[in-house]
Parts: sequence; C-alpha cells; structure tokens
Amino acid sequence: MESIAKLLQAIPEYDALPELLQFLIPIVTSCVIIFALLALCVLFMVWLERKVSAHIQDRLGPMVVGGWHGWAQTLADALKLFLKEDIVPASVDKVLFKMAPFIVFLGAFAAYVVLPFGASSFVTDLNIGILYIVAISSLSVIGIIMAGWASNNKYSLYGSMRAAAQIISYEIPAALSIMAVVISVGSLSMIEIVEAQKGSFLNWFIIKNPFIFLAFIIYFIASLAEVNRTPFDLPEAESELVAGYHTEYSGMRFAFFFLAEYANMFLVASVATTLFLGGWTLPIPLLSEIIPGPIIFLAKALLLIFIQMWMRWSLPRLRVDQLIYVNWKVLMPISFVLILGAGWMAIR
Amino acid sequence: MEVDYSGDIMTLNMGPQHPSTHGVLRLVLKTDGEIVADAVPHIGYLHRCFEKHVEDVDYAGVVPFTDRMDYCAAMNMEQGYVLAVEKLMGIEVNDRVRYLRIIMAELSRIASHLIAAGTYGNDIGSFTPFLWCFRDREKILDFFEETCGARLLYNYHWVGGLMHDIKPGMEQKIVEFVDYFEPQVDNLNRLLSDNYIFIQRTANVGIMSPETAISYGVTGPNLRGSGVQFDVRKDEPYLGYEELEFEVQVGKGEHGPVGSCWDRYMVRIREVKESCKIIRQAVARLTPGDVREKVPKRIKPPAGEVYMRTEAPRGELGYYIVSDGSLKPYRLKVKSPCFTVMSAFREVSRGAMIADIISILGSFDIVLGEIDR
Repeated sequence: MESIAKLLQAIPEYDALPELLQFLIPIVTSCVIIFALLALCVLFMVWLERKVSAHIQDRLGPMVVGGWHGWAQTLADALKLFLKEDIVPASVDKVLFKMAPFIVFLGAFAAYVVLPFGASSFVTDLNIGILYIVAISSLSVIGIIMAGWASNNKYSLYGSMRAAAQIISYEIPAALSIMAVVISVGSLSMIEIVEAQKGSFLNWFIIKNPFIFLAFIIYFIASLAEVNRTPFDLPEAESELVAGYHTEYSGMRFAFFFLAEYANMFLVASVATTLFLGGWTLPIPLLSEIIPGPIIFLAKALLLIFIQMWMRWSLPRLRVDQLIYVNWKVLMPISFVLILGAGWMAIR
Repeated sequence: MEVDYSGDIMTLNMGPQHPSTHGVLRLVLKTDGEIVADAVPHIGYLHRCFEKHVEDVDYAGVVPFTDRMDYCAAMNMEQGYVLAVEKLMGIEVNDRVRYLRIIMAELSRIASHLIAAGTYGNDIGSFTPFLWCFRDREKILDFFEETCGARLLYNYHWVGGLMHDIKPGMEQKIVEFVDYFEPQVDNLNRLLSDNYIFIQRTANVGIMSPETAISYGVTGPNLRGSGVQFDVRKDEPYLGYEELEFEVQVGKGEHGPVGSCWDRYMVRIREVKESCKIIRQAVARLTPGDVREKVPKRIKPPAGEVYMRTEAPRGELGYYIVSDGSLKPYRLKVKSPCFTVMSAFREVSRGAMIADIISILGSFDIVLGEIDR
C-alpha cells in the first residue's frame, strides 16, 4: 500500500485533496487491485479444476469457448451468472439472505490484505499478520449460517450447521499447526516468517524441521476441511443435501459463494506457501533474480491447489461423525505434540 | 443400534426431486439432527399402468413396454417376458438364439452393474468412478446400437427369436471388449472399492441379515450381499446357463458384518467379472443358425397360465401370464426385484444417519421405472 501511496503522490495536485480522500484513495485502489487479481485467479482456478477433473475422469473438459482448450469458458460462465435474474424466494429472510454471500466473500477477501506475494508486493505488513488471517477467515462461518438460516430450507439449514461444526472445529488444528511455525520464527508477521526461510532450501520450514513438516500435513488436511473441499465437502454434499447452504441461491449471489470458495482455496494454499514453502523466495541463485517473487509465490500456491483438486476428484466423502472424529481424536492430539516438538526445537 | 430420539424431530422430505433418490422416489425422513429415526418410502410417481395397458396389446407388442420398466437393463426385462411367452407356447429356440440371448443379457448385466457402481460412488461423494463406469458402459451400448439400432430401449428379443443376427465379426469385438474391460474392474476397485473412506462409509452401514432379506423376499445381488447363495441362473437354469461355468458371488463381510452396503456393492463388482466369463464361453459356443424360429405371424398362445422367472441384474424378475387363448394377454403380472427390496428399506435404514440413508438406498440399486411400472 505504501508503494501505491507513493505512486499517487506523483499525481499533480494530489496533496491539495482533502485529508480524508488522501487516506481513502490508496485503500480503495489496493482493494480494487487485489479484487481484480483475485477474480482473475479464481477464473483461472475454475478452468484448471475443470481441466484437472476432466483428465482424471477420461474426458477433455471445456474445449470450445475461446479457442485454445476452452480458456474463456469460465469467463462466459461468470458473465452468465452475473446477467441472470437475481431470484429471492418469497419465504426467505430477505435482509440476511441478500447479505450472506457478501459476508462469506468478505471473510476470504479481507485476509488477502496481509498476504505477501513478493518482497514488496503486499498491501500491508501487520505485526500480527497470521493471527489476523486466522481470525478474519472465520468470519465466513457467520455468513454461511446466515445463508442457511435465511434460506428457510431444510437442506440449507443442514448444510450450514454442518459447515459451522466443521469449520469451527477444524480451525483448531489448523491454528495449532500454524503455531508450530510461529514458535520457530518468533513473530506473527507474514513478512518475517518468509524472511526467516530465505537463503537455502534447507531453510524452508517444511524441510528444516521434522515437526513442522508434520504440521504442514495437518494444516493441509485441516485447511481442506475449512474450505469445504473433498473429502470434507459435507456442507454442500450434493448427494445428501442437494447443494447445502447455497441451495436457494442463484445468479450473482451464487457466483459470490463460488468466488468465496475458490478465494478460500487460494487463501489456504497461500498461507501454506508462506508458512511452510518459503513464500516468494526461490533459493536458486540465478533464477531467483529473473523470476519475480509473485510468480514464484503463485507457482507454489497453484501446486498446492492442484493437490487439492487431485484429492477432490479421487476421494469419496466422509460422514459427519467420522469428520468430527478425525478432527478431535486424530488431528488435535497430534498437533499438540507437534507444538511441543517445535517448541523444543526452538529453545534447543 | 439404540438411539435416543428425545430431541425435537424434524420431518425432512427427500424427493421426489432429489439428486440421490435414483429417480422419482420420495422418502419422508423423521430426523433428529443427523440421525434418522424413521424413513418411509413413497413410491408410485412413475406409475404408467403397465400391467393394465398390456392387456390391450398383442403379445409381440408387449415387448417394447417391458423395456421401459428397468430402463437400465432393458435386455433382461424383455428377455424375461419373451421366455415366459415361449414357455407358454412351448417354443424351443435353437442354440444360436440361446447363446446370443445369453451374451446380450450378460452385456446388459455388466452395463447395469456399471451404472449401479458408478452412481454408488457418486452417492458416497466420489464423482470420478461414475464417469469411468459410464465410459465402459458406452462401449456396451455401442454393441447394442450396432445390433438393433437402439442404445437404451431395444425391442431386440422377439417371441421365437431375435430381431436381427449380430453383425459379422462382432463376436470378436465382444471378446476384445471383455479383454479390455476386466482390468478396468481392477482399476475401479483401486479407485473406489478398496478406498479407506469408502469402506468406512459403507462397511458397517445398512446391515441386512440373511433372515431379514429372506423374509422380505429380497432377491438378486441384494440377497447375495447378505450371504445367501441364490441365483436363478444357477438354481433354476434357463436358456442353458447350466452348461456354462460361473460362480454365484455372495457377500463375505471382509469389512464388518455380512450384508452391509459394501457387501451388496461388492457382489455386483464380482458379478461383472462372472458375466465376463459367461460371455467368453457363450461366444465360443456360437454356432451358425437362423435367429428367428418359425412362429405364427399372429402369436396366439393356448389358454392357460405360466410363470417364468429369470435373473435380471437387480434380482429375480418374474412374469406371470394368464392367457385366454386370444391375441392379447388376459392378465400379466410382474414380480419386481426392486419393489421387494424397497419394502425392506424402512427396516434396514432405521437409526441410520442422513448420509447413511443415501448409501443404503444406493446399495439397493433400485430403478423406479421397475418399482412403479
């Protein structure tokens, strides 16, 4: 954001604007930039998911729209969703129903503020960065419950209740495994976490510390549950709950749920990249100078997203009781042990 | 399973439009949270007056109607009817017709079981097996299309023979398909059947004891899944199944009690392999011949009644025909395998969770067209 503010200073008579505007313009500009990049990323991820799923399932996926391998398919779909009629069923709680998708999206979007895409490509460097992400991303649960309750549909209610139980419980092992990293770095700032992993592959936490390697696996599993991906996609279990909490949604509001889902996927992949895979750093002398940091960051995040997709299209879904069992009886105890281990490694 | 239903009970109306009810089935669930206290199936949304309708159609004209009962295995549906009429009239068909009928029935069984396995994967939340199964099913439908022009509803079995002979060289193609297909079954097992999550979701769910199964008159893979060795092809052979070598697959309960959803699912997967064996033997025994026996143009069975049962993919399919000696059946009654298993649904699903309801229903592999007729 500082760099944007500096760029804006170059505009003639920028200083003459009122103070409030000088304060707001950089914020709005960086929000717009992040939103545009995010939308672009999501469009690409949806296309990628279709292609990945298609090839896993022995088909081709989109091939027509846009020419080369149907690259414009998701663009066309997004356009269609935005042009569709905004249906609000008669018996819903209108205010909550209309607000819910945006709150879900907000939870995912706000977390992007502290993601360090490159050495200087980030909006802001909060000193409590990772804590902020953990906190703000749980905002989407509220939106999901709102959607489920306001829809006045039993399937939606079931979906949102499952989502609430699932997301809240899986936040604990996810946060605990993040703690393992924080203990080793001694800081909550995303930038400092990346700086600590600079220099060599051996400095990446996934390799440096065996406890953090296990923490990475726990974080990955827990994050799958947090973003409702298979094998933890119970809230929108198509075969049981039709479409879960977004059963009643259509058009643009559905598109926002969809956007939020993929934004969340990208978010957890980015957090994992930052914490465990060295963020934007690439410890190969020549390449790291040529390739810009954000590209390296994106490549690492997309690798994790590909693994998420790979799992989604090969695994069946757990049942509610099994899901909760995995969380409280398997992931939680292990992550406590890992915190102890990481702490021991840190003070050794 | 003992469940405390003291909480508030919510009625959840599942269906008739629901992605996992496999057609237009309506289930009224009394749910306590995620636990289902009672599940009452309501059938009849696809009732088309088949039995009454065919009383006004001549014997040859009934065949296309039988196709529309179990549209996933139309070959087996029409075969049962044709065999019943032939039994009533005392028509003996030649060896070529017999073996072609067996080949078609077994191909149809494979296609039907592939739908069952694929949609079952889909019910449990894994979408990929569904498309893998449909990919192989397409190849079988291509054979049917080449033979009789239709891919779903064939009207291929005629009283006293078949509509057409198969195309020259198709025997070879069918054997090639079977060679290709058998390894695909192992692939499917690796992806779905032996998947830990899949086993966790199905192995201890929906236990149907052999006693329950027998008392409800359940037949076919659902009965065999409970460990009862009963197969009409073996126990009351028709068309010369007694000359062919195959085993009756039963549920063995590798993962938990016998008669679970996994057992019923696995019986189908194993049966597909047995069908491959049968097809190989039948193709080897094909002899040249005419596929249409000399039968009168107007089929007019003598007055009397007949009951003929065959093993359709979903269980024992029985046709009971009463003839008054005219050109149309006086009465035709179908004993439907899906209907009987549906009646056991309520008992088997008691105390299950919502997700289990779907996995039990999917493991029964019902086709509503056949239940409602």
